[in-house]
Amino acid sequence: MSAMRRAIDTITIVIVLLLAWQALHQIAGETALPGPLPTLSYLTGLVQTSRFADNAAATALSFAFALMLAYAIGLTIGVWMGAHYLSGAVGEPILVALYSLPKITLYPVVLLIFGLGISGKVAFGALHGILPVALLTMAAIRNISPVYLKSARTMKLSQAQTVLTVLFPAMLPEIVSGLRIGLTVTLLGVLLAEMFASKQGLGFLIMNAMSLLQNEEMIAVAVLLFAFAALANALLLWAEHHWHPRV
Amino acid sequence: MTRIATIRLIVIIAAIAALELACRTGLIDHRIVVPPSEMAATLIRILASGTITGDIARTLGMIAIAALVSIVFGFALGLLVHATPRVRQALDPMFATYYAVPIFIFYPVLIAIFGLSLVPIVLIAIATAIVAMIIATLNGLDRVPRVLSKVARVHRMGKLATAIRLQLPAAAPYLFTGIKLAVSYAFIAVIASEFILAPVGLGRDIADAYADFNNPRMYALMLFVLVVSTVVNMTLHALDLHWTQQRGRGAS
Repeated sequence: MSAMRRAIDTITIVIVLLLAWQALHQIAGETALPGPLPTLSYLTGLVQTSRFADNAAATALSFAFALMLAYAIGLTIGVWMGAHYLSGAVGEPILVALYSLPKITLYPVVLLIFGLGISGKVAFGALHGILPVALLTMAAIRNISPVYLKSARTMKLSQAQTVLTVLFPAMLPEIVSGLRIGLTVTLLGVLLAEMFASKQGLGFLIMNAMSLLQNEEMIAVAVLLFAFAALANALLLWAEHHWHPRV
Repeated sequence: MTRIATIRLIVIIAAIAALELACRTGLIDHRIVVPPSEMAATLIRILASGTITGDIARTLGMIAIAALVSIVFGFALGLLVHATPRVRQALDPMFATYYAVPIFIFYPVLIAIFGLSLVPIVLIAIATAIVAMIIATLNGLDRVPRVLSKVARVHRMGKLATAIRLQLPAAAPYLFTGIKLAVSYAFIAVIASEFILAPVGLGRDIADAYADFNNPRMYALMLFVLVVSTVVNMTLHALDLHWTQQRGRGAS
């Protein structure tokens, strides 16, 4: 019943957004902002071209590497700062400060160090993702209730058992939200990198379409990325609730 | 200063000193990173020359406008949505997804509609910041203790008086969290837009310096943006912490 209502709500939001788009199109005019229908029909044509496939593959590859790096480094820092009190107390405000910086200003440094190729994009995407993953992992470890550890001791669980059956399930929900936020900001990082200086990728495709005044293509790609991010987020949110049904 | 704050300061100073040392000894190529002392010296020279005063004013002005509009309208929209539970229920999934979507990819779309001016920058900054304020307003109103509305009834207070004298102060700490996020998001969005494509502004200056291979200038401007953004964020963060602690004391 509630699932049904949520589905109806989501569909309503999508319809309202499409209507708003159509209305904006009427105001802005055909060339500035193509309407939803022509754009979507353009999109179905676009995804079949090799130009699209090549750029999408470039973005997907950078994104996959960046995400792996962000998760690996973020989890390592998070576990370290969560387990070691002094490091966490010293480091957390520094991480929070870094998190709210406009990281795009640092992109030229990344470019100077890693060059214009894929490694620069990967590094910049990972730079975005590391911080939320680290911060939420750290919080997950710190928020473990001491009662859990006491009960584990009372039940005479071995260290491996404690980690696997007590600590890990207790930390999982928060870590999954860290991974979810890490995923979206890493994607943003990769796209920003492609928009600024790149000859490949969906971010480049958007900027290129803008300079060629191909507004249909620009909006089609933007909408596609929008839908992809929303869908990925919904899946991870679902996983979060699935593993943590109490909330 | 507490022990932890002292250690933190030492860590930060040591990191800067290590960078300085690595640059001076040639461990890090001068063409890649310039020493921090040189960044600061160049920045002071550029600031003193007055050539970027206009760009600083424009960029900070746009951030201020976008943050202000987001805070005022975000608060008003939050009130409106809170007053209509059915609409709120429908919008909740959208709020949960909003910051998961790279809103920024629509910046080129705004340029196509409004042309290459300051309008798309302010609009994308508002789009980035306003939803944080709406969510914070909803959170704040949700957490107004029920006893307050009873108090209001007992004292036969009007709706407006209840809102201003009871609900607003009770929700204030949450609203402040929204203000903090709105300012920080507006900052990021304005700098990022200028960096990608803009007629003028600090972000544009950095991108230009990069394109000209003018590293000393690029690093100096970068330092400026990072310092300003850190000072603004840390000030708001400290105020937020102060409010939260006060709220904790008030409740107990």
